[in-house]
Amino acid sequence: MTKTGNRLLDVKGLTIEIETRNGSAVVVDGIDLHVDKGETLGVVGESGCGKSLTMLSLMRLLPNKIRVAKGEAHFDGRDLQRMSNRELRKVRGGDIGFVFQDPMTSLNPVMRIGDQLAEPLIYHRGMGRQEARKRAVELLRLVGIPGPEERIQAYPHELSGGMRQRVMIAIGLACEPKLLIADEPTTALDVTIQAQIVDLVKDLREKLGMSVVWITHDLALIAGLVDRVVVLYAGTVVEDAPVDALYANPRHPYTRGLLASIPKLSDQPTSRLNSIGGTPPEPGRRPQGCPFAPRCPLAMDICRTHVPKLEPVAAAGHHRAACFAVEKAQEAA
Amino acid sequence: MGAQPLLKIENLVKHFHVRLGAFGERAATVHALDDVSLDIAEGETLSLVGESGCGKSTTGFTILNLHRATSGKVLYKGQDLTALDEKRMRPFRRDLQIVFQDPYSTLNPRMTVGEAIGEPILFHKLATKAELEGKVAALLTDVGLPPRFASRYPHELSGGQRQRVVIARALACQPKFIVCDEAISALDVSIQAQIINLLLDLQEKYGLTYLFIAHDLAVVRHISTRVGVMYLGRLAELGSRDELFQSPLHPYTKALLSAVPETDPALERNRQRQVLQGDVPSPLAPPSGCRFHTRCPIAMEVCRHKVPRWKEARPGHLVACHAVNGE
Repeated sequence: MTKTGNRLLDVKGLTIEIETRNGSAVVVDGIDLHVDKGETLGVVGESGCGKSLTMLSLMRLLPNKIRVAKGEAHFDGRDLQRMSNRELRKVRGGDIGFVFQDPMTSLNPVMRIGDQLAEPLIYHRGMGRQEARKRAVELLRLVGIPGPEERIQAYPHELSGGMRQRVMIAIGLACEPKLLIADEPTTALDVTIQAQIVDLVKDLREKLGMSVVWITHDLALIAGLVDRVVVLYAGTVVEDAPVDALYANPRHPYTRGLLASIPKLSDQPTSRLNSIGGTPPEPGRRPQGCPFAPRCPLAMDICRTHVPKLEPVAAAGHHRAACFAVEKAQEAA
Repeated sequence: MGAQPLLKIENLVKHFHVRLGAFGERAATVHALDDVSLDIAEGETLSLVGESGCGKSTTGFTILNLHRATSGKVLYKGQDLTALDEKRMRPFRRDLQIVFQDPYSTLNPRMTVGEAIGEPILFHKLATKAELEGKVAALLTDVGLPPRFASRYPHELSGGQRQRVVIARALACQPKFIVCDEAISALDVSIQAQIINLLLDLQEKYGLTYLFIAHDLAVVRHISTRVGVMYLGRLAELGSRDELFQSPLHPYTKALLSAVPETDPALERNRQRQVLQGDVPSPLAPPSGCRFHTRCPIAMEVCRHKVPRWKEARPGHLVACHAVNGE
């Protein structure tokens, strides 16, 4: 992988803390991740693993009492954490587009969708009202909303869930960002609509040549969409691999467990599913050593005392995992 | 499968009357459930799948008399439940239970786990206060939680643990039949698998019958005996698990199956999905004829006018489609 020239986003040692009554608790613990130009990255993890907080922190949109304690995040060569608010406002919605999980609460209910689409165009691109309105119609057409000329007059409540999510994507894409961050954009939607949205983003990525970060808990959903996957567990990266390698040959026991617990249509139906015992640790009550050790079938003594580093696994250059038992996991397969 | 079904649902209809407009000036009818008939055999898991608004949850609620049926019958052991008032329904509530989707809002935050599980036991007088503690402990053990959890409050538990408590509460009065309404949809993947396994274990142990309402087809294929596919308040197809997944007949079933993502990057990248265009039409004004015709890739002229007959295409495999068997 080439160095800085091709890097669009480079996050190093990102640590996020949450203030509680009993002092601060670490929720994201020194995450490293990067996105290259034109690359689509999948960020996978269960609820509470810190995947959304990581992305929100990039835009400095963290809620109250949650703050970045350490780390840096370079976007296009500039450190997002050190930018002034004014500079950052140019990036938000401009160079980095965001699609949030819940279109119900992230669209303004008392603003027509055409005006919501025009807003970033007027602010970031200095367009006039007329021009922005024309562009808004084009954007709605781009995301496959029928009758866009009439639809720009609609309020969010007049649209279905799938339509609203398309509007959200249109807003995220309005200024042709270099990076689109989509945070569980299909979670609230039906499978048929989910398939439409995934195909839409695939299409648009090719048309616009942007990078995409797709945050999800669904490993199946992103299989055909992303180039590389980062798996998070309890605020740490446990595995980072090209998509084919990850699904064909997952190295971390957590990734293995996660993949095994997803029932497949192509499998023989069996009566019992493989599952991972236990539950993820709560933030602030992370165990010493590897956070996955209490649930791990391969845990050794060292796992309970030391934190494994994210390191390349044998002979596979871009495939990295944070596990002391990688070799053992290999044999167990 | 026994010859006698545990539950027999005949031509069930549920319409909701709503008022629209800013001042409720327009009356309208939501056709949530139209002419649904099916049998549920003892010990089986019948799953209902479909997009949101297709009436799968309404079916579960109407069977349990949580919604009053507009017309049609729900026969349980020969008794029509729709004819019963709340008081006469009470003894049947012991046998018929439900597990809801959201384990956060279905547990009273001010009741301990033990109180929540104990309430139905005391209500139906299945144990004395002295025996209660032992009963609750046994139920908690059944769902894989330590008995000491009885003194905890819901906010102290994770989502998966709460769902176990909700299942223990449903089991408390030794039911025969449980409606699982999206019971695993709100849980994380690794926890989902645990709860599915738990449901399967309990079914084996107590001979339970499940009506499993879900939108995740891969999960449904895993646990079901038979599967029903619903669209806009009507059954589109019903068949054994293997029949339905291996040789689906209805174009809607085929489209649903092709939308399910798989954990195989090469397969996913090259897959030609049969993506359905557009959204489900509003149940306020369902399309005429076959309700699926507005999105159907093989719709014919007849589909626009005539409601397709609910017919047996193969033994035990029912479908409502004009294009099947050249009707």
